[in-house]
Amino acid sequence: MEILQQLFNALPGSVSQGLIWGIMAIGVYITYRVLDIADLTVDGSFATGGAVAVILILNGCNLWLAMILAFVAGLIAGAVTGLLHTLMGIPPILAGILTQLSLYSINLKIMGKANQSINVNQTDLLISLRWVKELALHNPLITVGIVTAVLIAVLYWFFGTEMGCALRATGANLNMSRAQGINTNLNKVLGIMLSNGLVAFSGAFLSQFQGFADVKMGQGAIVIGLAAVIIGEAIFGKIFKNFALKLLSVALGSIIYYIVVQAVITLGLDANLLKLLSAVIVAVFLAIPYWKRQYKEKHMIKARGGKENA
Amino acid sequence: MLEIKNVEKTFNPGTINEKKALNGINLHLNEGDFVTVIGGNGAGKSTMLNMIAGVYPVDCGNIIIDGVDVTKLPEYKRAKYLGRVFQDPMTGTAANMQIEENLALAARRGKARLLRMGINAKERKEYKELLKILDLGLEERLTAKVGLLSGGQRQAITLLMATLKKPKLLLLDEHTAALDPKTAKKVLDITEEIVSKNNLTTIMITHNMADAINVGNRLIMMNNGKIIFDVSGEEKKKLTTADLLEKFKISAGEALNNDRILLS
Repeated sequence: MEILQQLFNALPGSVSQGLIWGIMAIGVYITYRVLDIADLTVDGSFATGGAVAVILILNGCNLWLAMILAFVAGLIAGAVTGLLHTLMGIPPILAGILTQLSLYSINLKIMGKANQSINVNQTDLLISLRWVKELALHNPLITVGIVTAVLIAVLYWFFGTEMGCALRATGANLNMSRAQGINTNLNKVLGIMLSNGLVAFSGAFLSQFQGFADVKMGQGAIVIGLAAVIIGEAIFGKIFKNFALKLLSVALGSIIYYIVVQAVITLGLDANLLKLLSAVIVAVFLAIPYWKRQYKEKHMIKARGGKENA
Repeated sequence: MLEIKNVEKTFNPGTINEKKALNGINLHLNEGDFVTVIGGNGAGKSTMLNMIAGVYPVDCGNIIIDGVDVTKLPEYKRAKYLGRVFQDPMTGTAANMQIEENLALAARRGKARLLRMGINAKERKEYKELLKILDLGLEERLTAKVGLLSGGQRQAITLLMATLKKPKLLLLDEHTAALDPKTAKKVLDITEEIVSKNNLTTIMITHNMADAINVGNRLIMMNNGKIIFDVSGEEKKKLTTADLLEKFKISAGEALNNDRILLS
């Protein structure tokens, strides 16, 4: 009973965190599902977003402008990965790792140190963990909730436009896209940019929420993003067919991930084991479609063999 | 409409796998020509189409489509002049996109893709009418994912996509080879109908000798990266499969070695 009480108290915090990471997971969805590229830039660009936002806000920048500039920083990071891949022929995973590594130095340079705190008592912020139970606009649940809804609406519109359709086609079939006059390299770069823009935007939210930006805040972000995508698909995949709903399921997947994490910690799991646990969960979920296929194939061979022998 | 001048292509030059795929190709197509292409394994048929489409660069020579030298243009820029259907039904369409979305992508070939809607109501009506002509029952399934369709249906849609915006040149790379005979015939019938209705200049590679003779107004035979036989008009109509095999033997000095060739 006490544990339930504890969990309930922690719930608004973990849901907020899930919402914030949900925006990041939507970015991962764009590369991983739409473009069919696993982009590891995100581990770096997430922290870049946080670093840019914190430094700008500390220097008196308008809060929403700081968010937009964090988004732009993410776009640039994505462009670097995209160009490493398309212009220099480096496989996408490696291109992402190279950018991620270089962003570590860049993030240190942006902040001047490894960790920069931003005190909610001294600086006005969009959201903070402190306001998580207040009935006000700066409650992260409300602000991030609204922003997520707007982002999903904008992305839904964008992926229905000619440009968005070309991007989806690029992810679906490169040969067909080129035969239909689509510049596939350009679209890959655009997709990776958009993805990292969202990831950095999410990082900008998280740094305000937790009151600091850290060069390591994006470590393992790709795994959390994938976990959110996979959980969302596993739970809502059968009912959510529309693209906007698919994005929503990613956001919900992220929230569920953080509730589960909170529950596991409350139950007494060593928090140091969290990343191991996340990786194992993602690995298993990634394996399931493959296992399913193998099982089906084996099953079919048996069924056919059975007939022939009869 | 199409002018190919002295085009050569060698794959893996300087290695043990060096392969001269095109060995000085010269070809001139008039507007409205429907050319069928036959030849043995590795004769360079597909390579020739891929060179025209810009899949990889040529070593030397020029490719001119409707007066424009496209030799140096990348594949996606040449697409505005070309309609293409591939051998593999999976290649020509995006499986996880809807039928109408695939068609809408093709309708915008050669145009800048901006922030206008990817498909509009007027187009939907148009596509429905076009799909009706195919007579495959697809007109009621506009929003179905293409991945759910059969190979024949996908080839028919690819054909529609290739010709939705009238191309200067239609390239068909054994587009019925992966289909069962009945479906292959259906797709070939649709092809002839669309080509004649729009008076399209067309190159069709086929491994079916009878199709090569019966379809189109001109036939070319390739061997070792060269065009060894080129016949058109009345002379082509009178050809028989036996004639073709004989011609091949005389020109190439060996029997036709295409392991997939269909004689009937």
